[in-house]
Amino acid sequence: MSGVFSPTRAEIKERTLRTDKWWLQPAITFGVLLSFVIYATFRTFENKNYFAEPLISPFYSPCLSASCEPGTVLAIFGQPFNNQYFGIGISPALFILIFPLGFRMTCYYYRKSYYRAFWMSPPACAVAEPHTKYTGETRAPLILQNSHRWFFYIGLVFNVILTWDTILAFRNAEKEWGHMSVGTLVFIFSTTMLWLYSLSCHTCRHTLGGRLKHFSKHPIRYKVWTVVSALNHKHPTFAWISLFGVAGADIYVRAVASGAITNFYFF
Amino acid sequence: MSELERYSYDVLVIGAGGAGLRAAVEAREAGLRVAIICKSLFGKAHTVMAEGGAAASMGNVNENDSWMVHFRDTMRGGKFLNHYRMAELHAKEAPDRIWELETWGALFDRTKEGKISQRNFGGHEYPRLAHVGDRTGLELIRTMQQKIVALQQKDGKQYKSMDSNIKVFAELTITDILKEGGKVSGAYGYWRESGSEVLFEAPTVIIATGGVGKTFKVTSNSWEGTGDGHALALKAGAKLVDMEFLQFHPTGMVWPPSVRGILVTESVRGEGGVLTNTKGERFMFKYIPEVFKDIYADNEAEADRWYEDQDNNRRPPELLPRDEVARAINSEVKAGRGSEHGGVFLDVSKRLSAEVIKKRLPSMWHQFYELAGVDITKEPMEVGPTCHYVMGGVEVDPDTAAAIGIPGLFAAGEVAGGMHGSNRLGGNSLTDLLVFGRRAGIGAAHFVKNNGANPVSERAIKAAAEKIQAPFDRTGGENSYTLHAELQEVAQNLVGIIRTANELQDAIAKIEDIRARSANVSVSGGRKFNPGFHLAFDLDNMLLVAESTAKSAIAREESRGGHTRDDFPGMNSKWRQINHISSFDGRQVNIRAQALPPLPKELFDLFDVHELEKYMTPEEITKGGSN
Amino acid sequence: MARKLNLRIWRGDSTDGGLQNVQVEANEGEVVLDVIHRVQATQMGDLAVRWNCKAGKCGSCSMEINGKPRLACMIQVASFGDNETITVTPLRAFPIIKDLVTDVSFNYKKAMEIPAYAHPDGLAPGDARMEQVDVERSQEFRKCIECFLCQDVCHVVRDHEENKKSFAGPRFFIRIAELDMHPLDMLKNRKKTAQEEHGLGMCNITKCCTEVCPEHIRITDNAIIPMKERVVDIKYDPLRWLGSKIGKREGIV
Repeated sequence: MSGVFSPTRAEIKERTLRTDKWWLQPAITFGVLLSFVIYATFRTFENKNYFAEPLISPFYSPCLSASCEPGTVLAIFGQPFNNQYFGIGISPALFILIFPLGFRMTCYYYRKSYYRAFWMSPPACAVAEPHTKYTGETRAPLILQNSHRWFFYIGLVFNVILTWDTILAFRNAEKEWGHMSVGTLVFIFSTTMLWLYSLSCHTCRHTLGGRLKHFSKHPIRYKVWTVVSALNHKHPTFAWISLFGVAGADIYVRAVASGAITNFYFF
Repeated sequence: MSELERYSYDVLVIGAGGAGLRAAVEAREAGLRVAIICKSLFGKAHTVMAEGGAAASMGNVNENDSWMVHFRDTMRGGKFLNHYRMAELHAKEAPDRIWELETWGALFDRTKEGKISQRNFGGHEYPRLAHVGDRTGLELIRTMQQKIVALQQKDGKQYKSMDSNIKVFAELTITDILKEGGKVSGAYGYWRESGSEVLFEAPTVIIATGGVGKTFKVTSNSWEGTGDGHALALKAGAKLVDMEFLQFHPTGMVWPPSVRGILVTESVRGEGGVLTNTKGERFMFKYIPEVFKDIYADNEAEADRWYEDQDNNRRPPELLPRDEVARAINSEVKAGRGSEHGGVFLDVSKRLSAEVIKKRLPSMWHQFYELAGVDITKEPMEVGPTCHYVMGGVEVDPDTAAAIGIPGLFAAGEVAGGMHGSNRLGGNSLTDLLVFGRRAGIGAAHFVKNNGANPVSERAIKAAAEKIQAPFDRTGGENSYTLHAELQEVAQNLVGIIRTANELQDAIAKIEDIRARSANVSVSGGRKFNPGFHLAFDLDNMLLVAESTAKSAIAREESRGGHTRDDFPGMNSKWRQINHISSFDGRQVNIRAQALPPLPKELFDLFDVHELEKYMTPEEITKGGSN
Repeated sequence: MARKLNLRIWRGDSTDGGLQNVQVEANEGEVVLDVIHRVQATQMGDLAVRWNCKAGKCGSCSMEINGKPRLACMIQVASFGDNETITVTPLRAFPIIKDLVTDVSFNYKKAMEIPAYAHPDGLAPGDARMEQVDVERSQEFRKCIECFLCQDVCHVVRDHEENKKSFAGPRFFIRIAELDMHPLDMLKNRKKTAQEEHGLGMCNITKCCTEVCPEHIRITDNAIIPMKERVVDIKYDPLRWLGSKIGKREGIV
């Protein structure tokens, strides 16, 4: 017997004496994250309905295949893939999603959420966990969580690309500038939330100022650090909203591209 | 019975509050082997409750400050009944003691120049209190606790184990100080956890046990404030000085009942808090005593201006010394102008923004919000006097902190008497701890070097052991909780803020009666962590303290500082020359009058003679201080 | 307005023990510690409980109330429903002594393992100058009242006794962070030892320490994660490591 049932501890047979609904939060997290993973997997392998001029799904941006018409999106990436790789059809989303996924997987907030909801380590505070051994993030594979900052840097590149996509969304289907549609709003929302999620991240807070020993010698970085610290309070909120935002953008693009709805233009 | 647990040290420090820890650090740094006894866990001592700050004339905020000004304020606050030498040493050494803490890692709030910030407080002429928000005591305790760990780590590198030369014995109660041949030989006690007994052999014992507040019903003190050190010293043959002087802090919480007495820091007033009665009247203007008329504003406009310009305005009367404010609140409530729960209103929300309040008074905000459901950034607090501090205590030699009459015994901090006279200024206790804690450590080191070990006799051990076993051998006796509650009632009602001869007489008789019954206390359950058993010993200590207080109080026929007699309302210069010395003959406490050492000329000359005329007899003034 | 309150109090010691039902009076405004004291004074004279200040400042009355680590002096009786039974047990991460009192010596041992503050050589008392913005981060951690609720709730030791030898716990991670962020501290290897000796890597940032902290110290966000990031700087970030070797970048080592 280990943990709270160790022989030296007060003898109580319950794993927890909590009377509140401590299981609710991890259950919701479990449900929502699992749904997202299922949807994202489905979309990754679906490999179609991700582009409808001028909107490209964030799951597939930057567009690496010929399905996006040349010149309509960020051309500098070219089109290295023709949906064919090693002779088989592989979705370009596979090459893209790995980065944002890595950023979120190593995010300090998501770590808390999935360690609790999926790994039950612990399921909730003061609720005994089912595992007999625990080594935390001291060895492989979990020691790789320390790579968060690299995913953060790459994530910033993706944020720039998605921002460019959002700017392109101010065109109409005929590539004329000065238009705005429901899709534009969906993209603005999604991209803004992604920026807030990235900027409020703990690594960002550390890099921009947290690592300093003397704030007084770096007044500007201190100012930036205070702003990021304030955003950092809301990091969990941004984490969830940006997840919904990006999924929402994809769902919207899919609906337009598949012809289920038309992208309504305000002007 | 298994063999007695024995330890041998050079110095035994009883009490792990500020004074005890500071003494221990000094003694260890002098090369001695030190044991520190704490009644609760390490780092929980009552010092953590000190909120406002530590007074030291560093002059970081106002350059005009100096030890002389601090000395004057301290003497005024104590109504000139202080032992001048203690007040002098305290004022001179306080800044060094604060700066020293910084070299151990303390982080005080800063001024713009990066120095230690200092705040205003009642009775202090200049902003003088080094502080950390409103948790200064915690900072002191933690800094010294960590300094002790640092010393242990240093020892660990040099000797076989980290705690070979300085060790903390947590949750241990000392029941007797042992003597052989008239000198200290050690102490005897028991582990609170197991109830098993422990003998410490040590040629020096430093008492640093703090206060006596638990004798009273409404107090800011925790369960530990049971006057253990006062009683241990008395029983060992030492003397207590001026036990009639108890400080009732003017602002304790009054509602809800379960938090009654919990301290509301004076910083609330230092930061601009205003006292009003139910008529909305800022009543403190009515209570400025004659001796303070020159330095306190008599109108609201001037008082308000003071917060902006302290050089050209007099201070608001809310910042009068604590005894004055406590009496004023008491009078307002008695006159029917108090709140429904028997307090008055203290409001800081009108002067400061919510943000500033939460930054400068974070734990006050927290305390009221969580315990009383009051948001002090929007509403006033309800406050009333609470028993806070005992000015009286073990009579010591100011320079060495050695208890008078018992070689090898030392006392520092609240348990020592003399430093604060009849009333202590806020902020002076934290520096008192540091200054005299250090001096006690040095005093003990000198003593050990000049005196060898003093072995404890079997006879002394046997007597101490029998006393601990006694309550278990009795059956069907009195319950210690009941007797404690009775004592608190008596002390609160009859020996409280306002006293009269009749009530004090009554109190003395009642205390005697409770004492007789306490000899018969029996305890249920075993020895293992048994609070009923612990209280039986604490009760004995509190009874001795209450008796000393009541008997000293009835003897002093005047009102001064923390002693107010309804039947003798004024201050009398003749009484200023007298200390009351309590001693214990094994059956009862006896009081005798002793002359207060006169102010030496160089200190006498620090004051305006017209001010001294308010306190001293014409003969003293003519003499102009001693040589 | 007194009411009858149903309590379930754990009583016993290391040999055996269990929850005992007791009914006690509770008055308006009372906290759980008040009613425990009433039980002690009227029904169970030898009920063991630690407490000191009764104002949330000393951190002595740590226990578990309805399964949650709390300070008994800060929990209002009124926060429970009229017919609710309040369950009070000792801390479940530490060895039991008696009733509501546990052996918390683990924490004091860990305190002795954290290298002390190192003052700059030659900086005399009174000469130190520190800016308020530079001391504020460490000051947050110095608010700690050492109630050890964070140590109690942390699953790394609560659920795994064997981890106690290699894991300092949240209370001491904030101590390490406090010193690493202290404007004057001279000891250079705190990040390295945090990871290699004090078990910082064991923490999987599930944030229960922050949830239970009665002083509302943001343990995870302001101490543990920043320390983890500082560890990455010196151990897992080749660029930063290189930078520290070439130029002297502040904050590294």
